Amino acid sequence: MPDQPLLDVRDLRVSFRTRRGSVTVVDGLSFSVAPGEILGVVGESGSGKSVSMLAVLRLLTSPNVTVEGEVLFRGRDLLTLPDREMRAVRGREIAMVFQDPMTALTPVYTVGWQIAEQIRAHEKVSRKEAHARAVGLLSDVGIPDAASRANAYPHEFSGGMRQRAVIAMALSCGPALLIADEPTTALDVTVQAQILDLMRELNAEGSAVVLITHDMGVISQIADRVLVMYGGRAAEEGPRRAVFHGPRHPYTWGLLDSVPRVGGARLRRLPTIAGMPVAPGDLPEGCAFAPRCRLRHEQCAERPELRDFGGSAHRDACWLPDDDRAALRLTARAAATDVPDLEREATP
Amino acid sequence: MLQFIVKRFASALLVMFAISVLVFLIFFATPGVDPAARIAGRNADPATLAQVRHSFGLDRPMPVRYLLMMRHLLIDRDLESFVNRGSRVIPQIVQATPVTLSLVVGAALIWMTAGIIMGTAAAALRGRAADPLIMLVGVVGVSLPAYWLGEVVNLITQKQLHGSVFSWVPPPGYVGLDHPGQWALHLLFPWLTLALLYAGIYARLLRGEVVGALNEDYVRTARAKGLSERRILIRHALRCSLIPIVSLFGLDFGALVGGAALLTEVVFGLPGIGKLTFDALQNLDLPVIMGTVLYAAFFVVLANALVDILYARLDPRARHA
Amino acid sequence: MGQVSTAAPELAAPEARRSPGPWRTAGADLLHNRSALAAAVVLFLVVLATLCAPLYAHHIAHTDPFQSHVSGTTVVDGKTVPVLTPSSTGLGLGVTPIGPTWDPAHYFLGADNQGRDVMARLLYGGRTSLFIGFTAALLTCALGTVVGVVAGYAGGVVDAVISRVLDVIWAFPVYLLAICLSVVLLTDGLHLGPLTVEAGSLWLPVAIIAAIYVPYIARPLRGQVLVLRNKEYIQAAVGSGAPTVRILRREVLPNVLPTAIVFVPLMTALAMLTESALSFLSVGVQPPDASWGTIIEDGLGLLYTRPAVTIAPGLLIALTTAALNVLGDGVRDALDPGARLRGGV
Repeated sequence: MPDQPLLDVRDLRVSFRTRRGSVTVVDGLSFSVAPGEILGVVGESGSGKSVSMLAVLRLLTSPNVTVEGEVLFRGRDLLTLPDREMRAVRGREIAMVFQDPMTALTPVYTVGWQIAEQIRAHEKVSRKEAHARAVGLLSDVGIPDAASRANAYPHEFSGGMRQRAVIAMALSCGPALLIADEPTTALDVTVQAQILDLMRELNAEGSAVVLITHDMGVISQIADRVLVMYGGRAAEEGPRRAVFHGPRHPYTWGLLDSVPRVGGARLRRLPTIAGMPVAPGDLPEGCAFAPRCRLRHEQCAERPELRDFGGSAHRDACWLPDDDRAALRLTARAAATDVPDLEREATP
Repeated sequence: MLQFIVKRFASALLVMFAISVLVFLIFFATPGVDPAARIAGRNADPATLAQVRHSFGLDRPMPVRYLLMMRHLLIDRDLESFVNRGSRVIPQIVQATPVTLSLVVGAALIWMTAGIIMGTAAAALRGRAADPLIMLVGVVGVSLPAYWLGEVVNLITQKQLHGSVFSWVPPPGYVGLDHPGQWALHLLFPWLTLALLYAGIYARLLRGEVVGALNEDYVRTARAKGLSERRILIRHALRCSLIPIVSLFGLDFGALVGGAALLTEVVFGLPGIGKLTFDALQNLDLPVIMGTVLYAAFFVVLANALVDILYARLDPRARHA
Repeated sequence: MGQVSTAAPELAAPEARRSPGPWRTAGADLLHNRSALAAAVVLFLVVLATLCAPLYAHHIAHTDPFQSHVSGTTVVDGKTVPVLTPSSTGLGLGVTPIGPTWDPAHYFLGADNQGRDVMARLLYGGRTSLFIGFTAALLTCALGTVVGVVAGYAGGVVDAVISRVLDVIWAFPVYLLAICLSVVLLTDGLHLGPLTVEAGSLWLPVAIIAAIYVPYIARPLRGQVLVLRNKEYIQAAVGSGAPTVRILRREVLPNVLPTAIVFVPLMTALAMLTESALSFLSVGVQPPDASWGTIIEDGLGLLYTRPAVTIAPGLLIALTTAALNVLGDGVRDALDPGARLRGGV
């Protein structure tokens, strides 16, 4: 059985034309998603994670945008598809859910109507049947009293309920891939857990999920594989355990270190990554992270590509020597927190 | 909902009352002005002046004067014009109403159709050459003085090109609905003139709203659903943009029916409410002015109230406010 | 691989670039807006031309546009012709003035029915129209801002009373109210206590137009202040005990000022159109003053014989108000980037 990825993005490049010239937001990004897998895409604001997913679905409609590269979905390059075929892909084979549920639905139509609209856009069913399916979908995602809620307007739903409804709508045609752009960021923590549970259920039923977030905690709970982005490029990519327990890229170290941990060494100050996230217009020639990296050296003036070592699925884009990354990490951490080892309380 | 309607109408009545007081004060209480001379008109003789003073109780205190006038106007309904002796105000108004209605309804149909099409087209084609061109038409429509445009239209259709292209254009005036063909023909150019101004306003406004709507999150969701651009434009963006448009239309329509189209009526010789008001103002025929102004205010206030109620129907978010 | 150092990253010192304030950004945006710039140039030329009215009248046309020249003569193509000739069309009554000669020194656009040079009158009339339009707009915007801010910020009874008053004024169809007020005030002028405005003064139309449009400005501003009042930084200022005047000056005003400024060009256009309509109806600018509206009215009797008298001022009004509208759109786009997406031409 060929191990063909569901989604295979190759060298994706997205640039915007602004008054000050061309700004590259996604710079040569390549990654893939296997069927039924959950890929967590993590990075700071401005890392290009949202824009790259919008480009995959060709939702960047501004005339000032240029998208280059290849986006192979089930073997077809989405970027070259004619509009009509692309519309058939959107909502039916690939669905997308966005960050802010409060503004995601059209305010003048009922929720049931909007779900039915999507169904009827892709399948030849009657209005009654589409409405019945909409009700069923709402109850599947855990909305109580779905039959009457389907006739309610979006503003009558709470944030968490609205996000569930949006997810229900996205899944109405049984897409093979769901892209979720920060689906829980606008919601409070308890609701967040429920939404993640929902996603796990959906994944169990066969949908692949691309989950975009800046929250490492969310990734650690749900992702099968992780893609770390920085400056519009891939920094590291691999299975979740590998990335969390053996991160290879200095940026990933910084991300993981800055998450406070219960039961770890007590720190006097929370480690941060020095400097500011690189602005899309100021990408350096070489490694995007080099200006903020404590371990940079002359090699870093040349841009590193994603490489794996020894055929494992865990890749990173860094010039540091392959073998002893863990030790290098400790060195960098010590230098970063700038605290002599003596002052740390020994962990029990 | 019912409570809302009742409150709205109560407030509307209050405003009407305030307007009647305002008109009264303007004409009766402006310092240094003799009300009797105003009412009786410019060339009244002393006998008429005395009669006016007595009839309007000008020797009585102001609140009494106000009540007397209101009684004449609303209860006895025998308020008489003092310039056209003996002709009553209310029948004059009733006679003029269908003319104004004909003008305004016809123009409204034209301008809403044109404005919505132009605005939506400009929004859909934004960034391309057609967009600023359409909007240029809109700006021109808004900038031309309506009465001047009417005069120029008259000039062209009645004189310059009357012999050739526009020989079928009838002279200015109004023909009743019992001759529908002539009725429409006489109203054609007034309709177009009045509509040009408002089409410009609405096209510009709608374009702005639709472009704004197209940048909203819900449009992005609709696109991600796989809907066609046309469906998104019309069913989602336009539908949400129409809400403020409809509100504004209600207000404009109310104002026009009340006589705000007076310039167009004057220029094209249509004996509607606007012309009636204008003639009365020129002659300082106060009873007629009082009647027409209150009539106009009534429609504006009614339109305001109706628009508020309609808004709740159009925008589900407003229902629970 | 070479040696790796663990030196602290030499972060390039972030350029201490102070971002230009909102006014400079707006100015830059406006300058980039080509249609707004074109509109501004057109406006400038029109204003310049009208300011040069005396120059034109005295030095180029050699005429006094406020004096009748019923029996005067002028030179056309070297021949001396009377300015007004007995009418040969229609009933043979009245006079036909000379038509456009396209010669700036001799009745460039022809004469009106009193033998006055139309071109010179247009320039003088332009001063009046522009003056009234602009002054009324400034007055309305200032007054409307004050009223709107007071109503929005004070709330309670003050707001209720002000809103009802605004409702009443606005319920009056705008032109009708203007005409009513004009009719009443134009005969004897306005005497409000110490304030006296003569009947023929240009300030009367200014005041009337400004008054009737106050709700047009006050209501949106009031709405904006209502939203602002609930914002955290205002509540913080109130909570910290800052005096009301200070809050209004430092927090509220800078936020509403852009909105008020955007209204100025649009309001000028509206005021000019209103003034011209009132003058056309003889209840605006009174003789001996002239404005574009009065010239249009003067030309009505000559519409079929000498249309230039009516057409020219109308075109000028249209040109000026169009430029004001485009400029107003540009100012709005520059000051409120969110509105750019909804911009016009």
